[in-house]
Amino acid sequence: MMEFENQTFEDTDLHSLALNDDVNNNNTSPSSRSNGAVNGAVNHPLSSSSLPFAEIPTTDDDDVNSNNNNNPLLTSSSQNPNSFNSVLEPPSYADAVFGSFDGKQTNGAGAVAGAGATSSDYLKISITDPVKEQDPVNSLVPGGNTFVTYLITTWTNIVEYGGTEFTVRRRFRDIVTLSDRLADSHRGYFIPLRPDKSVVESQVMQKQEFVEQRRVALEKYLRKLAAHPVIRKSEELRLFLQVQGKLPLMRTTDVASRMLDGAARLPKQLFGESVVCAAVDPSDVAQPAKGGRDLLRMFKELRQSVVNDWGGTKPPVVEEDKEFLEKRKKMQDFELELTNVSQQAEAFVKAQQDMGETLGQLGLTFVKLTKFETEEAVFNSQKVRAADMKNAATSAVKASRLFRELNAQTVRHLDKLHEYLGVILAMNNAYADRSNALLTVQTLLSELANLNSRIEKLEATASKIFGGDRSRVRKIEELKETMRVTEEAKNCAVREYERIKANNKSELERLDKERHDDFFSMLKGFVVNQAGYAEKMASVWETVASETSGYAA
Amino acid sequence: MTTTSVNPNDGLQSPRSPFLSVSVTDPAKMGNGVQAYISYKVITKTNFPEYQGSEKIVIRRYSDFVWLYDRLFEKYKGNFIPPLPEKNTVEKFRFSAEFIEVRRQALDTFVNRVASHHQLQQSDDLRIFLEADEQTMERARSQDTGIFKKKQTDLMQIFRDVQSKVTDVVMGKEKPVEESNPEYEKLKRYIFELEDHVAEAQKHAYRLVKRHRELGQSLADFGKAIKLLGACEKDALGTAFTELGAKSEMLSIKLQRKAHHLLMNFEKPLKDYVRAVQSIKGTIAERANAFRQQCELAEQIKLKEIDLNKLRILRSERMLDAEHEYEELKAEGQEATKRFEAIALLMNEEIVRFQDQKTQDLGRAFHEFAKGQARLAHAIADAWRSLIPKLDSLSVS
Repeated sequence: MMEFENQTFEDTDLHSLALNDDVNNNNTSPSSRSNGAVNGAVNHPLSSSSLPFAEIPTTDDDDVNSNNNNNPLLTSSSQNPNSFNSVLEPPSYADAVFGSFDGKQTNGAGAVAGAGATSSDYLKISITDPVKEQDPVNSLVPGGNTFVTYLITTWTNIVEYGGTEFTVRRRFRDIVTLSDRLADSHRGYFIPLRPDKSVVESQVMQKQEFVEQRRVALEKYLRKLAAHPVIRKSEELRLFLQVQGKLPLMRTTDVASRMLDGAARLPKQLFGESVVCAAVDPSDVAQPAKGGRDLLRMFKELRQSVVNDWGGTKPPVVEEDKEFLEKRKKMQDFELELTNVSQQAEAFVKAQQDMGETLGQLGLTFVKLTKFETEEAVFNSQKVRAADMKNAATSAVKASRLFRELNAQTVRHLDKLHEYLGVILAMNNAYADRSNALLTVQTLLSELANLNSRIEKLEATASKIFGGDRSRVRKIEELKETMRVTEEAKNCAVREYERIKANNKSELERLDKERHDDFFSMLKGFVVNQAGYAEKMASVWETVASETSGYAA
Repeated sequence: MTTTSVNPNDGLQSPRSPFLSVSVTDPAKMGNGVQAYISYKVITKTNFPEYQGSEKIVIRRYSDFVWLYDRLFEKYKGNFIPPLPEKNTVEKFRFSAEFIEVRRQALDTFVNRVASHHQLQQSDDLRIFLEADEQTMERARSQDTGIFKKKQTDLMQIFRDVQSKVTDVVMGKEKPVEESNPEYEKLKRYIFELEDHVAEAQKHAYRLVKRHRELGQSLADFGKAIKLLGACEKDALGTAFTELGAKSEMLSIKLQRKAHHLLMNFEKPLKDYVRAVQSIKGTIAERANAFRQQCELAEQIKLKEIDLNKLRILRSERMLDAEHEYEELKAEGQEATKRFEAIALLMNEEIVRFQDQKTQDLGRAFHEFAKGQARLAHAIADAWRSLIPKLDSLSVS
């Protein structure tokens, strides 16, 4: 979110259809980490059609350059504020328009952009050059199994990266991997959601439009990752951005592919044996059970969650943090209202667009009528009328163009609302991490209690038998050993839970601060935008009004 | 809109200069259910000698106006009769306040234009319309409604058409029933094409009105939603949202008002323009009729002449009668020619006036349109601008 402003300038500077982002979000996706559900219903009216960018008659391009950050991409494209080819279009002018409306630009510079990077370290990413490639190995079907790779270029001065510029080629599958691994290793953090997979991937892949949309979405995603104070320093991201060739991250930890591992250990676990060996690492509890290797653990946690929900007794440990619970409720309310606002914002944008369109059509009709009257003029009054009409017509057309520009920018501003819906999803995921970790703790505590009672029972019966029962004694020993390991695991789980709680808290603070900054800049940008364009339109109409003042009643 | 014919100053009446000023006001719903209709008060102030008094108020309904239009159309061929607003048979809108107001204004404009037209204002039918009591009005209305008269003429027309066509065939030539006046041809083409253009413009103008309403509505909804969001937030941000929401709602009202203004001051004149052009088409048809009549009579006269000469040669007793008939026909022919030429002459005058009038009307419409748009845009700009310092102070608090 922090780099949203820079992001968008870069996006739209180089690639005109950043607004198409949201199209991706319509696809449903099985993965929990994508933002498909969020924007399912939300589809910018402008996103699917390519915005017809009008050439702009006025050039208010003062102070464009003074508003830039140390952003190589931004400055380069702003150097040509008057180049209105369809690729560069409104963004460069849009910057200019922004600049002319308030002396110091609030959205590009200052607090918002630099929030995450307290020092001057930067991590800039750009995605270009989609290329269709073929999987050399698996081609049973000749020509089948093609995919697209993207060129990912990184500029950075972060120390851990040990370099300043890197280039790699990655495919979408790699993004999914990155996303999944980040989710595993950064539990409790509000991790930005990756773009959706496409259901009909191979067919859709052919279309140029889709590839372009995806490229834009991926770029946005990586930039969001780069903006996150913790994730930008993560190993996973670095590997993704730096390492040439095959991505050195585990593709998946899903149960199916780990069946072999898990199934091999299952018998041992069931019989409670060899729990000491390194095959079962207590710190595994730090990983979520779902998608994990441990089938048995999954069963146990499932049982525990059922007990939690339906059992009569209170679970051993519950979410106590009142502050957390309060905040969560508030965020739920916030999410509800935000969704509503985002829908209304869409309707508003659509209404603005319609207005611009109708004005344009009206103008064109008058232009035609003017031409007609001029050609067919028999009387002088006709010529006069034609002249009046022409003024009105050109003004209507001008106003129509202004509306279109206004709308393009309104969309950019109000896009923030949609973004935050995504952030809230990320937050919900982080909260889910927390619940899962808590569940693990609860499960282990139950298990400890269970083991304890079994030990006690055995000890009780063993003492009754004279001389003890060797098999029973051995059993007790084993159980005690299991209990020791389980105790270790529980401690691990508790630590993990506390860690996640801490992450939640710090992220929430970060979110609050960013939300404050982001929304203020959104509101201000929106208001300045509306005011500025209204003034422009007023002056256009004033001209016509004064030209026709002779007819005033 | 009350306009006077000759004397613009209603108050200071110099008794010498004639004036006739009319206004249509006070729409009121009469009757119930399906039979319900709207009645209007028509107030006349005049010093025309033919009129009963200097001031008169009567109650009229839409069909009375239609009667007047038809009568004028019948009697004053060649003149462009000012257009009437259309019938609206859609039940839903018949009694909506907006529709009634729009219609009232259009009727007012209609009567005023008739009253200011130096030929039409002399009409007896106009006087009846403005003065007669309800019974007389109703009688006049049912007696010879223009429609019936038209139908009669049509019937005769068809009859004559057939006659003429047969004659043509017999005579072995196709007669052009159209004038071969190139200027007039140009005018006809102009009128027909103009109708399309203006109709399109009016359509878009109407849509623009709708767009204003829609934008207003969406701003209202947006404002409300933002206010709710503001309620969720605490402190400064919450206040900011609330302020923005309130501004949006305020602007939404302005937009709705603008929509109405646009309808009355921009769409209406365009609508009027369309109707005027359509009315002219009616006059064109009348001229064509008159021309055709003239042609046919000319045909008949020729035939009669041939006939007469035959009879002269044969020295028949029927010759006197035939001569008589021939003279009659010639007189009729002259009449028809006079009628046609009168229409043509009138039309030429009218078209000049029409063009002038339209330039005025449209000029004013554009002016109002531009003024309104400018005013709205300023209001919007001011409203949003006023919010900026507040946002600034809130964002740092």
